[in-house]
Amino acid sequence: MENAYLSATGMRGGYGKADILNGCDIAVGRGQIAVIVGPNGAGKSTAMKAVFGMLDLREGTVLLDGQDIGGLSPQDRVRRGMGFVPQVANVFPTMTVEENLEMGAYIRDDDFRDTMEQVYHLFPAVADKRRQHAGELSGGQRQQVAVGRALMTRPSLLMLDEPTAGVSPIVMDELFDRIIEIARTGISILMVEQNARQALEIADIGYVLVQGANRYTGTGAELMADPEVRRTFLGG
Amino acid sequence: MDPLNALVIFLNFVFIPASAYGAQLALGALGVTLIYGILRFSNFAHGDTMAFGTAMVILLTWGLQALGITLGPLPTALLALPAAIALTAALALLTDRWVYRHYRRIKAAPIVVVMASVGVMFVMNGLTRIVIGVGEINFADGARFVVTVPQFKAMTGLSEGLSLRTTQAITLVIAALSVWALFVFLNRTRAGKAMRAYADNEDLALLSGIDPDRVVRLTWIIAIALAVMAGSLYGLDKSFKAFNYFQILLPIFAAAIVGGLGNPVGAIAGGFLIAFSEVALTYPWKKVAEYLGFEPTGLLQMLGTEYKLAISFVILIVVLLVRPTGLFRGKAY
Repeated sequence: MENAYLSATGMRGGYGKADILNGCDIAVGRGQIAVIVGPNGAGKSTAMKAVFGMLDLREGTVLLDGQDIGGLSPQDRVRRGMGFVPQVANVFPTMTVEENLEMGAYIRDDDFRDTMEQVYHLFPAVADKRRQHAGELSGGQRQQVAVGRALMTRPSLLMLDEPTAGVSPIVMDELFDRIIEIARTGISILMVEQNARQALEIADIGYVLVQGANRYTGTGAELMADPEVRRTFLGG
Repeated sequence: MDPLNALVIFLNFVFIPASAYGAQLALGALGVTLIYGILRFSNFAHGDTMAFGTAMVILLTWGLQALGITLGPLPTALLALPAAIALTAALALLTDRWVYRHYRRIKAAPIVVVMASVGVMFVMNGLTRIVIGVGEINFADGARFVVTVPQFKAMTGLSEGLSLRTTQAITLVIAALSVWALFVFLNRTRAGKAMRAYADNEDLALLSGIDPDRVVRLTWIIAIALAVMAGSLYGLDKSFKAFNYFQILLPIFAAAIVGGLGNPVGAIAGGFLIAFSEVALTYPWKKVAEYLGFEPTGLLQMLGTEYKLAISFVILIVVLLVRPTGLFRGKAY
């Protein structure tokens, strides 16, 4: 992809001796929504973790805004403008919603109240519960807090690891709407999803991974229209 | 029937001593629970660290007394407290550097770190004995009483008396102030919230840019400050004997676990629960009952005082059976 905001190419690596990623490419343009889908064990989350520096790559480069960030720790990548929402354990359960957002802004020295208001504006249901412990919220609301926490650093790339895992279809639609809204503000989105069909519907670009390598790449609509992709990954 | 005299006896022999003892246990249990919540291990060396800190207080107190500096009616030990806390905290930070940091880096299982802390306990224990000896030391000076029994009787005209010792009053005041300060710190300040965040979800705290080394250092300093205060107040209230601090580790752990490990509110509640149970179950209630119009034939003492330590264990076992996470829902790793 030309002038991609994030461009990861030829990623190879894994946790132990065996590689999980076998030459995987991921790119996201500014303000785009990119979705990684694929069967279980395809290395979707691993690819995202590699982009975020939670996994040492044997080969491959990760460029953010044209700069090589391959040697940076996840913490340093956050400072460079990456936001990451893990799939599980993505909030501080015994802290209030407001404190969760404050912790999200921990690395900021400036006044972050504006950003907090923006998050509350984006997620009104969460705003009503700002004094409640995040651990007491419903799954969908907790997910919103998790996304809100990651937004507090004002990232230019937001990465979401299966944000809709374990939430109801209604909550999922709602969450996807919010993600579109976030992307419209110019933030690039990279998302791993199990709910491939719904995710591809909102995707500007989709990556179908199989065994740690790119099998199909295209716009969300293209992939949805591809009979091969439909048959093998979207269940007809 | 004479409920007023019954109340005075209750206050004098049960409520005041148990409150002071409970406050001392609570301060100790807070340190244990903070270390458990943030460093993720049960620190067996806590009791002997309290002993070492108290030994520092005693040495500094002697030094101040030799220089002719006292606090008038208050114990000189209070003046020695800040420097003793600093010295003990420095030792704890060195211990962390030499012992615990290694186990954090290799991500050792909690039980391994607990065993390491047993080793630290023995070293601390020996160090304390070398520094100050094994004998009993009384280092309380200043006025002994806020209110004495004759004064109270003269004031109220009641037949039963009540006394409030200076050390008991100081214990309660210092415990209240430090608990208040701790909660303001944990709930209102950036560093305190970062500590709670780290305790809640370590990985997410790291992602949020919280410096783990700083959190660990802060935790040690706070836990040690609480421990040295608890130890000195206990020593002022009773007397200092190195061995007692090894024994007090048991009710302190019981308090922290009963309240819910990792939960500060629980540690305080647990401290008072254990203290009141110990005192109430070993106190002969005969006179109270008589003032209330009963005519008991025995002493109405549930247990002999030699069984005091067993009470913590019984409460501990009951809580672990009925509500394993503790009264205030702590966490277990």
